[in-house]
This record gives sequence, structure tokens and C-alpha cells, in this order.
Amino acid sequence: MNRRSILAGAALAFGLAGAVFAQDKTKVGFIYVGPIGDGGWTQHHHEAALEMQAHFGDAVELVYQESVPEGADAERAITQMALGGADIIFTTSFGFMDPTVNVAAKFPNVKFEHATGYKTADNVGVYSARFYEGRAIQGYLAGKMTKTNKIGYIASFPIPEVIRGINSAYIHAKKVNPDVEFSVVWAYTWFDPGKESDAAQALIEQGADVILQHTDSTAPHAAAAKAGNVYTFGQAADMAEYAPMPRISSIIDVWAPYYIERVQAVIDGTWESDNTWDGIGAGMVGIGEISDVVPADIRAEAEALRDSISSGAYHPFTGPLNKQDGSAWLAEGEIADDGTLGGMNFYVEGLTGDIPN
Amino acid sequence: MLTLERRPSPSRMWTMLTPPLAVVLTMVAGAVLFAFLGKNPVEAIRTIFWDPVFGEFAFYYRGQLLVKAAPLILIAIGLSLGFRAGIWNIGAEGQYIVGAICGAAVGLAFYPTENSLVFPLMILAGAIGGWAWAMIPAALKVLFGTNEILVSLMLVYVAEAMLASASSGLLRNPDGMGFPGSRNFKDFPAAHNDYLIESAGIHWGVVAALIAVIFAYILLSRHLLGFQIRVTGQSPRAARFAGVNPSRLILFCLGTSGALAGLAGLFEVTGPAGQISIDFNSGYGFTAIIVAFLGRLHPIGILLAGLLMALTYIGGEAAQSTLGLPASAVQVLQGMLLFFLLAVDVLTNFRIRLGKTEAA
Repeated sequence: MNRRSILAGAALAFGLAGAVFAQDKTKVGFIYVGPIGDGGWTQHHHEAALEMQAHFGDAVELVYQESVPEGADAERAITQMALGGADIIFTTSFGFMDPTVNVAAKFPNVKFEHATGYKTADNVGVYSARFYEGRAIQGYLAGKMTKTNKIGYIASFPIPEVIRGINSAYIHAKKVNPDVEFSVVWAYTWFDPGKESDAAQALIEQGADVILQHTDSTAPHAAAAKAGNVYTFGQAADMAEYAPMPRISSIIDVWAPYYIERVQAVIDGTWESDNTWDGIGAGMVGIGEISDVVPADIRAEAEALRDSISSGAYHPFTGPLNKQDGSAWLAEGEIADDGTLGGMNFYVEGLTGDIPN
Repeated sequence: MLTLERRPSPSRMWTMLTPPLAVVLTMVAGAVLFAFLGKNPVEAIRTIFWDPVFGEFAFYYRGQLLVKAAPLILIAIGLSLGFRAGIWNIGAEGQYIVGAICGAAVGLAFYPTENSLVFPLMILAGAIGGWAWAMIPAALKVLFGTNEILVSLMLVYVAEAMLASASSGLLRNPDGMGFPGSRNFKDFPAAHNDYLIESAGIHWGVVAALIAVIFAYILLSRHLLGFQIRVTGQSPRAARFAGVNPSRLILFCLGTSGALAGLAGLFEVTGPAGQISIDFNSGYGFTAIIVAFLGRLHPIGILLAGLLMALTYIGGEAAQSTLGLPASAVQVLQGMLLFFLLAVDVLTNFRIRLGKTEAA
């Protein structure tokens, strides 16, 4: 513990020095898991960061580091930024959770915001978006648009966020099309155009004519465009370059308002650790325009579904719902609580296959 | 006209001089690259090569330099033995992963005991894991004459799949709310590879790397096995006449490099990384190949090359966040280092002559 306090002491001194500088300019740091031009997750965070900087102009200095591996290197990258005088650091990938918490303990005067994690501290807040709300609309559209009744789903990692998306999409596809079947492919990557393209192709060959993806590249869209009558959805970004076919809608991550709000709080000295989980209603999840390939009545119903989720009138996980093994989960009219959703590690009834374990 | 004339034997002077020359050339070419990117080239080179060691935050970076260099050195030392004998283990990355998984699994099986024997047992398991993974290409080569380059490389991808499976299944933290990744060893003192001297960045992995350097040096300069390794690399036929058993040498070189890579993985997962996670491996096994060659396959050279490589990583990261250099520009810089080294190697084996081309 003694050894540790030496560094902590030094860090504290620099943290204080940083606070002095902060009076003229607030330094905001971003740690990205991918390259800033990945076309999906990281690019969207970076564009939001630039929007935040444009909002504040000269009051804010933006620093960032891209392609940071989610291992031992992340801790150093974050420390580096804190030593460099950052006042608030956003770490934008799940794998940065423990490194963020570790560094935060050494820099009590620096604020940290970790995306999609669950560990908080006095100077660590977490934020994520209720992407499953958007998945409900995708599921609805998929169920309506499929002719083969087979829907392919390119999943990334078997973590609660991804499993929630699969469940939400399935529930709403099943509701409008009882014959619908889901095939889930686990790609074990967030961004790998080659793997994603292979996965899409395999699903299409198995007869899927709607492909949902929880990975960030546009490769599945390209594969679908080549195959012809296959529908896809943009992920993280609108991916409008593939509209109106095969991309018929999208889930868009909208981070900028949150970044502006949190940086403003640092400037005002009112920042407090938070646990933000916002959806369509708060504007953190955007639904990309539903293209006119979709018949007008279906489009209108999808938009109505979006509006009812947005207003809070409807929750995508409303009972009666059973788990995959047939055991009861939610009773008639019961709504899932955030705790269960946050750690979701089971499929709902009707989905086939196992979650990799 | 410039002509190249083969030297009767490689120049000793140039063998020593080419690595520093390659570094200087890399700095110059890097400066040009950074200038084209609109950055101040002098500042960029200073940020990467000078500041981490002598700059404002050197108190933190010097330690990090050792943390980053230790696994590179440990793996490169093992690789260099095989490389000298013409045995090409390209799959250290896989052995690194398997060593980490095996060591971590042994430790986690004892969670939450506080017995001080747990960590030594994990070290053993890590070494055995890496050794066993390297034994696959070794045994296949000895028994069927398969190409160890291909087999060891392909096994990296198998190891990566095992890592993904282990972190979301077998070794997943039961208190992790379903998220992938094992328990963090920082919360398990008996199995934690904590810093021995935090400000200096010294943990057991650094100690092991230094020990490996010393042992490799003694082995190569004083021991019969070292002689056999060297002679096999220089002339396999002569080695056969000198009584070298090629199968034994293959098993030894691949096994040792596998065990060292496994150890590096174990020290990394229990220390700096802290946990088994899907993306735990970050290319140390591949970077170590560059380190081995940059260090001229010599233990002391590898020690220096590992530190230099670590410097480009740490300085490169600093240049990203302070100067806004793109990550790919830093990777280009690291690539150039090997490129220039191979290019100036010409000087070791050839003499440059000014004048007319003579008839060959």
C-alpha cells in the first residue's frame, strides 16, 4: 500500500495542477477502442466528441487516443491522459471498465465516464443507451417484411446488452409473425468486416431474408445487396448509403447531448457520479428513417411503436413473457426491472440455440 | 555507380552498428512522415523517444517502460534460441495466451485461498501451458516433418478462440453479472503479480525477463547446447557431423520458447492486465519477433531492443493523446524500424563500392 501511495501522491499533485489550468480551458479526453474511421461505434463517439467541442468552442480542449487495446494498455493510456491534465475522461468501450476504475482511484480530482459498464465510484460515472428499444422496432419490421420467416442475427459477444437486443427483436417479430425463426451467429468481434460478411452470407444461404446486426461494419449490408431480396438495418450509424435497399431502417447512437451536458457539469463544478441509461425518449437512441421499400401501413405502425416507446407508454419487455426453458419470467402486464435487464443472461421462450457459455 | 560486393564473412562492426543506424533512419523518416501530417516533426520525435525517459512525467513512464518491455524480452529470448538454429516459432502469441489461461485457471481454482504457494503453482502452470502448446508444432515436425511456421501460426487462432471461450465460459467471473472476463487478480492477493517496486514498474515478470536474459547469455556462450544451437543455424550439415540430434534440438527450442511465452502471459494476466478477457492478448507474441531480430538474436541486444520497442509504444501513445498523431502513423513508425534494420543489414554482408560495375 505504501508503494501505491507514492504514485497516488504524485498524481494528486498533478491533479491539482490540472485544476488550476482548468480555470481557462477544460481538457476533455476520449479513449476509443477502434479507429476513429471505423464507420460505426468509435466513429460515432468521436463525431459526438467533435460536436461537443464545437458547442463549447475555445472553452474546451479535446484530446483522444484511438485503437486502444482492452488489456493492460488501456490503464496506461488512461493514466497518460490524466497525467496530461485532463479534467474529464470518457472511456468508450465495455472492456475499459476495470482500467477506468483503477486509474480513477489514483486521480480523485479527475472525472471519469465509462460507457456500457456497471462499476461506479465517486469520480466514475457510467452511461449507456437502451438500444433494446430500437431493437423492438427492428424486430417488428423484420417480422412484417420477411417472406421466408427466417431472420438472421449477427451477434458480437454474449453479454447482457447483446442478449437484450436479441430478445427484444425476437419478441416483437414473433408478435406480428408467429412463424418467425431466428438464427443467431456469434462473431466474437465488434468490428471485423471480413467475419461479418461471412456471417451474413452464411445466414442468407440458410434462407434468412432479414439480417439484424450487433456489429459495427457495413459489410453485412454489402453482402445483402449482392444477394438481392434481403433487408438489413444500420447499426450505431445510420448507414444511409445502403438505403433504401437493403437497409430499411437503423439504430443510431446519439451521444453528443450527453457529452455536452456532462462537460458543462465539469465546467460548472456540479459534476456528480451518475448511472445514465437513456433511450429513444431522451434522445440517446435514434431510429433512422424507415425507407419507402417498406409499405406505408407497416411504416406507420413501426413509427407508432417508436412513439409509444419514446413516450414511455409501452415498454419492450412487458409480460406475459417466459424464459427459454418455459419457466415464467414476467406476468401479464408486468414490466422488467432494470436490474434484470442489466444482467440479462437468458433467452426468452421461442428462441432456439444456446447462449455460448 | 554503386555496386555491392559480398564480404567474405559478415562484418562484426556493422553487426553492432546497423541497429542504431536503423533507429536513426527511422527517426528521420518518421519526422518526414509527421511533417507531412502537419505536426512539428522535432516535437513529435521528442515526444516519442525523449519525453518518456526524461520528460515531465518520466517518473511514471520509466516504470511503464519496464512493464511493457518485460513480456517482449521474455518471449523474444525464447524465440531467439530457435531462430538461431533455424527453427521458426511464429506462434508465440498462441503460447502466450495458453500460458495465461492455464496459469489463471489454476489460480482461480483456488479462489479465495490465501496460501502463498498459489502463485508459484500458477507460474508453473503458465510455463507448462505455453510449453505444451509449442509441443504441438514441435511433435508434428519431429514425427511428420510438418512446417512449424504454419502450424505454430495457425495455433494462434485456435488459442484466440479458446481465450474467447474461457473468458465467457469456464473462467468467467461468477460475480460479473454475466459479462465476459474472469475475476480480477488485483482482488485476489495470493494470486496477484503485484508490483515489487511500483514507481520502478518492477513486478515478477520483469525479474523473470532479466533472469532469462542472463541464462540465455550463459547458455549460448558457455554451454554445449548453446554451441549446438549456433552451429545448427550456421550449417545444419556440419551440425549433424558434430553429433547434434536435430529432433532433440527442435523439441528444446520450441519447448523453451513456448514455456517463456507462457510465463510472459501468466505474469501479464495476473499483473498489468489483471484478468482473462476476450481481448487480453495484444500482440506481444508477434511484436517479440521484431524485438528478437532487432536485438540481433543476442540476449543483451534483445534486452535493449525490447526497451526500445516499449519506448515506441509508450511514446507513440503519448504522441497520440498530446499531439493528435493518428495511431496508424505510430504503427508505421514501428514497422519502419524493422524495415530499415533489414535494409541496412545489406551493409553487414556486403561492401558498398563506388565505381564501375565489374564483370560478374
